[in-house]
Amino acid sequence: MSAPQKPGPPFWLLAELTYRCPLHCAFCYNPVDFARYEDELSTEDWLRVLREGRELGAVQCGFSGGEPLMRQDLEVLVAEARRLGYYSNLITSGIGLDESRIKRLKAAGLDHIQLSFQDSTREVNDFLSSTRTFDLKRRAAQLIKGQGYPMVMNCVIHRLNIDHVERIIELAVELDADYLELANVQFYAWAQINRAQLLPTREQLRQAEAVTQQWREKLGNKMRLLFVVPDYYETRPKKCMNGWGNVFMTITADGLALPCHTARMLPGLAFPSVREHGLREIWYESEGFNRYRGDSWMKDPCRSCPEKENDHGGCRCQAYMLAQDPAAADPVCDKSPEHHRVLEAIAAAGKPGMIEKPLVFRGPKESRRLDRAF
Amino acid sequence: MSAAIDAALLLDARPRIARGLRLQWEPAQDAHVLLYPEGMVQLNASAGEILKRCDGERDVTAIVAELEQAFEVEDLQQDVLAFLQLATAQRWIEGL
Repeated sequence: MSAPQKPGPPFWLLAELTYRCPLHCAFCYNPVDFARYEDELSTEDWLRVLREGRELGAVQCGFSGGEPLMRQDLEVLVAEARRLGYYSNLITSGIGLDESRIKRLKAAGLDHIQLSFQDSTREVNDFLSSTRTFDLKRRAAQLIKGQGYPMVMNCVIHRLNIDHVERIIELAVELDADYLELANVQFYAWAQINRAQLLPTREQLRQAEAVTQQWREKLGNKMRLLFVVPDYYETRPKKCMNGWGNVFMTITADGLALPCHTARMLPGLAFPSVREHGLREIWYESEGFNRYRGDSWMKDPCRSCPEKENDHGGCRCQAYMLAQDPAAADPVCDKSPEHHRVLEAIAAAGKPGMIEKPLVFRGPKESRRLDRAF
Repeated sequence: MSAAIDAALLLDARPRIARGLRLQWEPAQDAHVLLYPEGMVQLNASAGEILKRCDGERDVTAIVAELEQAFEVEDLQQDVLAFLQLATAQRWIEGL
């Protein structure tokens, strides 16, 4: 068993500027109880966070949300990120992006924009996001290209759109995308609530992967296609966040510092707020960031597993959600005594006619009604 | 023969860091890094020295000459060309 070593710097700083969002996606990873956290950090708070993160050694800065374009000070934050030497990434639905805004962001030094779609068709895109936004997104794609940015599209893939993968790729080609990420939904927060409706079947997954591979060969270097496999169909867990408190730090809209975007749900861990603590102290000294570093926290089967360095036992949030213990093996692993929970979900997905619950769309009203962490 | 012609063409090229990428020195890592959307490559010392001269102004001949002078070594041309071809394949640079 190795003693925890002093970690390196956090290379990634993710600024979740706001939980406000014009979309109501049924697979959103924001906390289910996001409506509790309306007290957003001020511009001055964010400028300090950016500065302290850079001093710690962070180089990648993501501006995310919610919808980061909802923050009217986004340009100010982008300009400061550029001045400090970050590579800045805007992760957006495109809603709120118009000609003058994108020009201001470009002038502020924004390096990169990732645009999300929900589907290739207006009908399904607008249904899944519970909005009328498909045409706005196409317009946003044109604006992004028009400013000379590479076009990086992201589409969350799940049971309700996985059969449209070919059309989604065709849409990306039509919009002259340089990069398309087909990200299979991961089951956290709103996606976890809707898991029965969103988990694809094994056959759907196999088809979608085959189609993606055909297009990869057809497109060659013209467009890069990334297919993120859903971890439920793996037998080993993902190396979540590339290790807890290893390279990644998220700051939530209300100022909580987290080792990943969903760690807020974990019980018994008081994550520090940037309103009260500096980032250096948070990264190196806080209990929240130190708890699952190294491997001394592991239990069996992870503790004695020869593969533990490969995946660090997987995702702590998934362990908590599925095995009710954040220090357990991620039940995605087939060595986990709770692996049957994943297999049961997969088996249920394969049975037609079993899904009768309506989708729960993310929104402040639903958030207050559900009032729970996941 | 054709390899020699290719090499001659390459020597006149003026490579530059690819659009959307940024090269910078990171004191925290004691290294040059190449930043791209949502990612980073930490470069070793020689890769950093070559790439920081890929500014779209210098041609390959000049880059090689500068490196040979700066590090007081000779015959770097093959190594530099091999690296620039690798960097092109990785889409780190354009214009080779």
